[in-house]
Amino acid sequence: MNPITNPESTTNWYLFLSCLLFSIGVMGVLFRRNALIILMCIELMLNAVNLLLVSYSAYAGNTDGQTFVFFIMVVAAAEVAVGLALMVSIYRNIGSIDIQSLNKLKW
Amino acid sequence: MEPSILFYLLSAMSVISALFVVFSRSPIYSVLSLIVCFFTIAGHYIMLNAQFLAIIHIIVYAGAIMVLMLFTVMLLNLNEDVSVHKFNITKLIAVITGGLLFLVILASVKSSTLLTYQAPPNLNIGNAQDIGMKLFTDYLLPFEISSVLFVSAMISAVLLAKKEVK
Repeated sequence: MNPITNPESTTNWYLFLSCLLFSIGVMGVLFRRNALIILMCIELMLNAVNLLLVSYSAYAGNTDGQTFVFFIMVVAAAEVAVGLALMVSIYRNIGSIDIQSLNKLKW
Repeated sequence: MEPSILFYLLSAMSVISALFVVFSRSPIYSVLSLIVCFFTIAGHYIMLNAQFLAIIHIIVYAGAIMVLMLFTVMLLNLNEDVSVHKFNITKLIAVITGGLLFLVILASVKSSTLLTYQAPPNLNIGNAQDIGMKLFTDYLLPFEISSVLFVSAMISAVLLAKKEVK
């Protein structure tokens, strides 16, 4: 079998990589104050989960995980469209998308 | 068995570009490094024998979503970073929290082992025919509902982004 596509040898490494990418995404959401970059870090977290689903799909030898990834991509595309429209609307009303200026609902 | 050298190369590129997304000053550089990160993840998909998903990933993410993000960055004129990058306690706490989350997830998956199950080698999964059969038999209802989701997302995006008529 081709060692590049051998599924059960590298699943632990993909688990490690997905955890690392997800943690980088969480750190970016907490770190940045630009709302657009927070949206991009959410995309990064979604992709970490997608990578883990694909690696387990290759490990278990069936297609269900890849179908789940397909639907996650659908939801991510819809989320980005609505989120960017919200950014444009916020920028038009306030003049910046810094989340420090969006504290009207803060207790 | 050790992973191949290509895996290390792609992993290093994806982690470094993900770190660039978080830490770069200009939003344009963040978007461009996120595109690099998505291409490396597509390379991982090809290595995991999911060719159809890799092509879909490139088309949807690098083709649609990132173009939308780049247009928004240029439309809102965010190219120069208006907020000053001063070091404060919140960013230190954010970095520490991310690192601790990584440690906790890693410690929780360290206790579980994957070596008990030997999957039958099936190189036929992941092509377009297999995913199409799955989508149109087992997952037909979510497939149709996702089109409704797209229509509602399109309508809400247009409604949110258009100028209000006085």
